[in-house]
Order: sequence, then structure tokens, then C-alpha cells
Amino acid sequence: MDISVTVNDERFERSVEPRRLLVHFLREDLGLTGTHIGCETTVCGACTVMLEGRTVKSCTVLAVQADGKEITTIEGMASNGELHAVQEAFWNEHGLQCGFCTPGMIMSVDQLLNDQPSPTKDEIRHGIEGNLCRCTGYQHIVNAVEAAAKAKAGA
Amino acid sequence: MIPASFDYSAPETLSEALQLLGDEEAKVLAGGQSLIPMLKLRLAQPARLVDLDRIPDLNFIAEDNGTIRIGAMTTHHQVESSDLLAEKCPLLAKTAGHIGDVQVRNRGTIGGSVAHADPAADYPAALLALEAQVKLVSASGERVVALDEFLVDALTTSLEDGEILTEVHVPVEQEGVATAYRTLIQPASGFAIVGAAVRLGVSNGNVSFVRVALTGVGPNPYRASAVEEALEGGPANAEAFAAAAAHAAEGVDVLSDIHASAAYRASLAAVQTRRALEDAAGSA
Amino acid sequence: MATTTTAPKLKTHVGERIRRTEDPRLITGAACYLDDITRPGMLHAAVLRSPYAAARINSISIEDALALPGVKAVYVGKDVESVGGVPCAGSMPDLRIPNHKILAGDRVYYVGHPVAAVVATDKYIAADAIERIEVDYEPTELVSDPEEALQEGAVKVHPEYPDNVAFTFSQEGGDVEEAFRQADVIVKEKILVPRLAPIPIETRGVVAEYDEGSQELTIYSSTQIPHLLRTQLALQLNMPEHHVRVIAPEVGGGFGSKCNVWAEEALAAFVAMELKQPVKWVESRRESILVVAHGRAHVDTLELAAKNDGTLLGLKLHILCDIGAHHQLLTPIIPTLAVLMLPGLYKFRSFKADLIGAFTNRAPSDLYRGAGRPEATYVIERMVDKLAAEIGMDPAEIRFKNFPASTDFPFNSATGLQYDSGDYATAFNKALDIVDYKARRAEQEAARAEGRLYGIGISTYGEICAFGPSPATPAGGWESASVNVEATGKVAVMTGISPHGQGEETSFAQLTADALGIPMDDIVVVHGDTAKVHYGIGTFGSRGISIGGSALHLALQDVVAKATKYAAHMMGVDAETVTFEGGVFSSEATDSTLTLADVALEAHLCRQLPPGTEPGLAATRFFEPSNFAFPFGAHICVTEVDKETGEVDIQRFVAVDDCGRIINPLLVEGQIHGGIAQGLGPAFQEGVIYDDEGQLLNGTLMDYSIPKARNMPWIETDRTETPSPVNPLGTKGVGEAGTIGSLPAFVNSVVDALSPLGIEHIDIPMTSQSIWNAIHERSRT
Repeated sequence: MDISVTVNDERFERSVEPRRLLVHFLREDLGLTGTHIGCETTVCGACTVMLEGRTVKSCTVLAVQADGKEITTIEGMASNGELHAVQEAFWNEHGLQCGFCTPGMIMSVDQLLNDQPSPTKDEIRHGIEGNLCRCTGYQHIVNAVEAAAKAKAGA
Repeated sequence: MIPASFDYSAPETLSEALQLLGDEEAKVLAGGQSLIPMLKLRLAQPARLVDLDRIPDLNFIAEDNGTIRIGAMTTHHQVESSDLLAEKCPLLAKTAGHIGDVQVRNRGTIGGSVAHADPAADYPAALLALEAQVKLVSASGERVVALDEFLVDALTTSLEDGEILTEVHVPVEQEGVATAYRTLIQPASGFAIVGAAVRLGVSNGNVSFVRVALTGVGPNPYRASAVEEALEGGPANAEAFAAAAAHAAEGVDVLSDIHASAAYRASLAAVQTRRALEDAAGSA
Repeated sequence: MATTTTAPKLKTHVGERIRRTEDPRLITGAACYLDDITRPGMLHAAVLRSPYAAARINSISIEDALALPGVKAVYVGKDVESVGGVPCAGSMPDLRIPNHKILAGDRVYYVGHPVAAVVATDKYIAADAIERIEVDYEPTELVSDPEEALQEGAVKVHPEYPDNVAFTFSQEGGDVEEAFRQADVIVKEKILVPRLAPIPIETRGVVAEYDEGSQELTIYSSTQIPHLLRTQLALQLNMPEHHVRVIAPEVGGGFGSKCNVWAEEALAAFVAMELKQPVKWVESRRESILVVAHGRAHVDTLELAAKNDGTLLGLKLHILCDIGAHHQLLTPIIPTLAVLMLPGLYKFRSFKADLIGAFTNRAPSDLYRGAGRPEATYVIERMVDKLAAEIGMDPAEIRFKNFPASTDFPFNSATGLQYDSGDYATAFNKALDIVDYKARRAEQEAARAEGRLYGIGISTYGEICAFGPSPATPAGGWESASVNVEATGKVAVMTGISPHGQGEETSFAQLTADALGIPMDDIVVVHGDTAKVHYGIGTFGSRGISIGGSALHLALQDVVAKATKYAAHMMGVDAETVTFEGGVFSSEATDSTLTLADVALEAHLCRQLPPGTEPGLAATRFFEPSNFAFPFGAHICVTEVDKETGEVDIQRFVAVDDCGRIINPLLVEGQIHGGIAQGLGPAFQEGVIYDDEGQLLNGTLMDYSIPKARNMPWIETDRTETPSPVNPLGTKGVGEAGTIGSLPAFVNSVVDALSPLGIEHIDIPMTSQSIWNAIHERSRT
């Protein structure tokens, strides 16, 4: 099927099999490999991207379902060479180690802060429960979310 | 973890969708948060998917004469964050917030969830307590059936071939009725090992209205009528709640799996029912 | 009295909380992990795995798969017989190593055993083709449970052996029988330590590419040990090592599971050489949980002898380790580490351990974060608590009573290890102060009076790290480092370790920046490519900083010494008069100064080469440690158990850890936090479940539960810093500490909470179900 998808403000037209998963479309057809695959069963959240402004697990969306829609991936978070506030906070607070879950985690945190600009620690933990991290024990991630919230509030 | 091949259609009207469903091997895609993982594990291999996502008429929350109608393609996130539901059917809104995680709630739909009939899904507990109905439409007509008639068994409903679940109907919550939902979840999947939804009305210290429904306990979510009967008209106090909640799994063929034994589930059913009753009583 | 000493602070980087230099590529999606690699003409492989735990393969029909357009080849066991088996580095005298072929021959031995491989132009096609292979299996008798495997008349996993004993290992110290005769009290327990799936969020994967002209094989693998893998692949493929290049790209977590040599790596290499096209194989999560060597897998039986005053006398241990059907690289070695560390932090006088490895029809077990030490720490910390309960002594007091004093170091443990340095009481006191132990006990008393189940659990743990002196390791314990000051003054550091999240690009740059007086931005740390760095051993066993960093330290010293000679020559002064401070050479004998860049340029131009000096400004050093290092610490966990549901609320979690000298506290905290998550996961929810048919029942992340953010408590960290004398940096290692220390603290806390009900032990994982079971049992009797 022919589809047209806008990813990080750029429009792409491709022909895909109906069964092609959105995550494979992004990674392999568009070369946007910042979105990762970690579990394939809609649990780990490494493949999280924004679809029409809401986070989804791109391993559980078909590429054809994104036809005509807008997607933001981790590659679209920084703009004009400036890191996004959430990216900057993850860096400052050591919110990542191996980095594999990080792109998906950052997308989820961006969603969380859009929905709840100053979340409590509990709300943060609830807000990222769709993203597994095996390295950090989440504590520095929680710190990073708090730091990002502050930075965004100050901006 | 790659699906087998299938054809795909994304009709923009319901009638088109119904026509496409005429093909016996076709399956409805309504959010896909359960179906797509099953496709990837090749536990489901339909010849065609009919995606309801592009039918605008299926995504709405509207109030009509004391009934709230929710379009099948309304996402859990939309239910969770609906001002209308928060005000007029808070049990459903708060239950939606328990489902899966943020990403799943952004994508999964109420119609998809109800039609999938997972015995551990969160919605059915609230919907049974709300005495919800579902609207089923086929090329030859439409019918509205009570949810407890719709849910037949684990992953089995009374949906007929060629039929699409288009709406879920819940009542506007009655004045003076408080609600609560308590769960204990399976930590990996986030599905309920036990989920207990309660609607409770108290007047002059006595229970004037009560609905209790459970999910996760048996092969099918159910109304705990024994609990309701034990409470109806009686005192609304801790002793009564405990005594009534003890009937929560009565007559149920309680599930047993690697996550929870039947004995544990049955015990949790009583505990979470009692706690949900207490929560509701406390918030009334 | 604290012997805690901080080494004099060097310059401006070491010891500072510096954010990581590797992060910009990771937070922007620019990093290149294994599955991000594409090569021209690259094919995709998929592996068909056995659905049976034991079966004979009568036939395999591949025609349907081959007929699928896009399928290039299908391989079965007989096609790859020229490739050597999966290696095992164990060496005990009675070790049995069954032939571990990269694809099954005429039998399969566990669910997930690789049976065939499909190679196609696209992974979707490969997935379809896998389904078209028909295997005629004839299921045979099997044994899934390790205890059953050792019973008389048990089904033999490998019919060629008389029984299922894979190896045995024994160790004794002191006179244990005498200790038990002298004992006032003997406590016994059987403790199960279940199999754990390591679950790095990135699964395994390999890309293999062969250049016929140069005969060079390039293997990209998500590995922790590129050089060891290169050596093993060269052996398996019968190639000279210099024709094999292994590249570890960005690696998305390992936790020991990628410190291995896997069948699929050699398989991909074979395919690339056969088809003369690059090939990629990436594991699915289901495959990962099924076959990536599970950790732990012990059935431990313990007896502890003590005096009534709490003095520990002797310990007897029997370990039954379920090794699965085959060995992986370190399978037989890992449980021996549990034996070595069993005495924990305590002055045992005697000790006796018997270890038996049992073949079962399950996937291989092998190392997972902590590797042997979590098992040891868990059981000894349980036993000490059990003893304290038995004699009515406070669990804190009994620990203090049996610690060696800080003046006792180096301290010889009952198992013959020499603990390098330590001050256990100070770290423990710090943890007790933070949690306010007395107040917590008072709170417990109040809670119990109300019928609430409130527990305080202690774990004082020690571990063996910084692997290690080569004679005590299976594949060399040294490490390499090269420093090259380029003509422009920028510096390249090449290390043989292979970090995958630990952050050594940062900590090594910190060491280098201070030693050379240059900004971290001027330094690049190169690792994980056998064509770029000297042979090294890799990253595991908390060795990166201690061994790799020490090699770097030596190389930096050499570079400074050489540069000082150049500088003196350039300034026309005596080298003895030259000092090097903040990147600048100066001498009291002259007013002129030189920067490192000035000297580096001259070292490359060589217009005024000092006599007897070679061009260039580089050094390569190898560091061989004299001993292991022994980090330690104290974790305290406060919990309240919901009597009705069995749920546990972790109210406090305090971790005071001593990993020797610290290069970057931010990274150390990260390691501690993450380590604790991997200790608590198994404490309350993790563990693979096999049934009697050898089927793994929780094989996806929908069923196998690793901690989510909401499962983790807020961790209160603090530290003491006791430098290690066994390496020049004084570091000890921190990668595994959290995993080792945390689990017993949780378990002891919950058991403490439940003790009013008469509950003395619950096996892990202590799920709400298992806690409820224990409570329910008690309330019935």
C-alpha cells in the first residue's frame, strides 16, 4: 500500500506491506534508528514515538495506520542544534546508562510533562510505567523529569 | 515477532466497514493493543484487517437522556480525561486510568477492549457495575445488548460474524452514588489479577444502592450479585462490607495460573471488594 | 576512628560529578546499536528453535521454506558441522562438556535449542520461511527439575554420560566438624535461588560480513568481550585471529548476558562466508528470555554453627546448580564464585562447601550481574538473620560481632581469599544512622502492637570484584590501554574494556584530563573494536575502572614522562627541573613554558628529537592486578506487609556502599541504583518458571516481570571510601554491588515483618502470592 507520513515535519511517501510495523517503517524504510525495539509485546516502550501528538508504542501500530498522520521521533526532539529540555535534563541528571530505552523514555517524559507540567514523584513513576529501563533503577530518570519540569517552567 | 501477511482496509464509513467484514476471514482492528501483539506472535492470522480508526463517527462521548454513549473507537485516554465522564460517570473515567500504561491508553479503544473480552481487562468490572450496554451493528440491522449477555466466556462474546460493536452505553451516575475501583495487578502485564468495581449509595446509614462487579477472578468478569444482595438495605459499615465481600467469588470458577492461585484470587476478590466498598463509602 | 580516607584530590576532574560524554548521541537517537547497522547487500537470518525439551530429530524438511521468494538458504545441523562448538572455559577435573553444536544435530536438549537457520533478503520473509520448515521431532523422556536430575535412575540429559552430574567442586577451610561439635546452636535452611533472565533492553544480535579479497571477517556483535569473542570465533572457524575483526557497537545493556560466546555469532559468521554476503541476526525478546543463559539457578542447603553469644564458628553448604543442558562460556565457573564468597564479611573459623552442577533439559545457565556473589550473599545474610532470631540477638549486633576490624586487613577469609581493605563497621554504622535504626525498631514495636507487619531488614555484603589476577581467572584478568597524544594536542585513549552503559568514556576522560591537564573535550576514548584497540579482556566483573583504568593510569604516566623529556630538551633544561602542571611544562631554570600541544607537535615533527628518544607521544601499558578488590557495604530495607494481599510496601531503602576510591560519584550512584533494581526485582517478582515438561511458562515481558518505575523505592545512598591497595587508582568496582547487597535486605525485612506469625523463611521471588501463601498457611494452623 502507498502511504504518506509526516515524520519530524518531513513528508515521506513509501509503499509498504499492510503488516509492516510502524517501528520497522521508521527504522528501516526511513532510517530513523533512534527508535528502538526491546520487547515486541507492547511492554517495554523502547519504541515509543508521538503519533498525532500522543505517545504510542510503534511496535504495536501498523505503518499503514500512520498514513496521512504526523509522527515525532527522538530525532525530531532537538531543534536548531538545541537539545530539548527533556534531553538536556536526562544528560545533566545521568538519566541513562546504556541508552537503549532512552529515546522512548524521553518521548514518554515529554508527553507526561505536556499533560502534567509539574508532576510529583509518584506521578512521574506512574507516567513512565510504559517504559522499562534495566540500567538506572529509574531514580535518576525521576530526577531528570523533575529537572526538566523546572527547566520548562522557567523557560 | 512479525505478523503473517494480511490485507488491510481502513474504511471511512461504518457501512463500508460492514461490507468489508462480510469476508469471513476478516477481523476488526480497533486500536490493536491486544490484536497486534497476537498478530506478531502469530496467534492470530486473519486474512484481512478492517481498521475502524478512520471512521470519525465511532469516536465520541455524548450524553443523551441520562445515558452516556461512547463510540467504540474512543481511546482509554479520552475516557480517562473526559470532563463529561469525570462529572457524570466517574467510575468509568477512573477505571480507564488503570488500563495498561500511557501509550496503551493513547491507542487502545473501549470498543476494542470490550470486544476482545480479556477476562483480566479493567473495563468490564466498571461496565458491569454500571449495567452498561453495547450497541452491535450489522449490515442487516442493529441491536443493543447488556454487557453481561455480551460477554460469553474468556475471549468470547456474542458478537456475530459481520457485526461491529459501535457504542458502549453507560448511565449518568445517580445522585448520591459513590464509586471505587480497586485492583491488584499482575506486575508484568499490568492486567488485573483481581479488579473490583463498586457503586454505592448510602442513605441514613443504610445501603440504598449497590452494584459490585469483578474482573480477573474467573473466566468472565461478573456482577457479584451475592455481595449486592448481602448489602442491599442493610447497614453501610465495615462489618457489613466485610461480611458481604466474603461472597465476592461465590459460585465462580476461579482462575489459577502462574501469577495467582485460585485460592489467592478468591481471597483477593473478597479483600478488594471490601476495600472498594470502604473507598466508596469514604468518598460518599 | 573512621579509616575512611579520601585519596588526595587530583586536579579538577577526578572525583567530580561530571555528566557523561557519551550521552549526546544516546539522547538524540544518533547512537548506532547493533540493529541499526546495515551493510550493502545485507541478508537477514532467523533461527528455528525446538519446542520440545528433549526430542530426537527424525527429519527436517526445508523445501517449502527454500521455495519462498527471497529465501537465500536454510541451514540445519549437518550443514554447519565444520564450525566448532560453543566454548566453555571451565576446567575442573571431572567437568563434562557435551558437544555444544551451533545448530542441533539429531537431538534437541532444551526448549529453544537452535535447530535451523533461514537466511532471506528481508526479515519479514525470514520470519515467514521459519514457519515453513517442518521438523519431525520424536519427543523423548526428559528431566526438568535439577533435584530430580540427580536422583537415582533419573532420565539422562546426555545419554553418553552415566548420570546428570556436569561437574563437582569442593572447598574446605579450618576444622568444620570440630566447629559443629563446639557449637551451642546450629541453624539449617534450604534456600532456592531461582533462574533469572538477564533482560538487557537490547537483545542480542550479530552482523557478519566477509571480504573474500582480504579474507577478513568482520563481526559486529552486541558483546561485552570483543577480543575474547574474536579468539573464540577464530578457533571455531579455524581462521587466524588477525583475519577476524570484532566490533561491539553501542551495546544496549549486558549484565553478564553478553559476556559470552554464542552459537548465533559463529552461525552468522559461517553464513556470511558461505553466501559471501553480509548477514544480520537480531534476537527476539521471546528468544532472549528462552535461551539467553539464565543466572543463579541454585538449590542451596546450609548449616551454620555458632555460639550462643553470636560468634560464628562454621558453615556447611551444599550447592546444587541447575546448569541446563549445555555449558556456555563460564557456566561451571560462576557457582564456584558463590562458594568463595560464602563467608561474606564474617570471621568464620571453618567452612565446607560442596558444589554439584546438574544437567537438566533446560536452557544453559551462566553469569548474570553479580554472578555467584548474589547467591552467596543472599544465603549467608539469611542464615545470619536466622541465627540472630534463634538466639534472640539483634541482627545488627550479630553482624558487628563477627566483622573483622579495620585493622585486620588484608584479611584472610575462611575460603582462602585475601580481602584487600575494608572498614565494615563504619559503613554499617552509617547506614544504621541514616535509617535511624533505633527509631525504626521502636516504630516496629508500635506497629506490632497494632497487629501491623513491619519489618527492618539488614544486609551487610561483601563482594569480589575487579577481575582479576590472571591466574585466578579463566581467560586472563589483565587489561590494556594506549594513550596517543596526537600532533594537534588532542588525545586518543584506547582501552581493552568494552563499556556498555557504565560510562567509562567519561571516567577515562576524567583520568586523562587530570593527568594531562587538558579539557575532556580534547579526549576521545575508543573501545570495542579489535582493529582499533589492543587486545583486552572486556567489561564484566566490575573490572572496568580498576583494571582498565589502572592500565590507563600507567600509560598516562609514561606519556607524561616522555613528554617531560621532550619539554626539557625543547626548553634546553635538565628534565629533573621540569614540572608538569595543568597541561603546562615549566622549569625553574627558564622563563619559557610549553603546553602539551607544543610538545606533541614537536614529538611528531621531530626537529629536535632528544637523544635516545623515539618519535611520537604515545604509550601502551598492560595492567595485571595483584589481587581482586573487595567492595562492601550495608543495605537496610524497611517494609510493611499488607496482611490481606501479601503486597509489600518498601518504606525506606538505605544503601551505604564502599567501592574504594571514586572517579565520578554520579556514575557510581547510577550503578548502585540500577544494581539495586536488579537485586530487588528477583527479591519480589523476577524468575523464570519451568514446568515438568521443560517448558518455560513466562517467556515474554507480559509474564516475566522486571521492575517498573512504580515498583522501585526511593533509594537513599551514601558511601564510605576505603581505597584498595591492589591497584594504583585505589578503586574497587561498583557494577554489581547494588544487585548483591539489596536482595537480602528486602528478604530479611519481609521475613522480619512476618516473624510475629512464626514465619522464618520464604523463597524468592517473594511475590504477593507467596507472601500471602505463607501468611495464609500460618493463619490456618
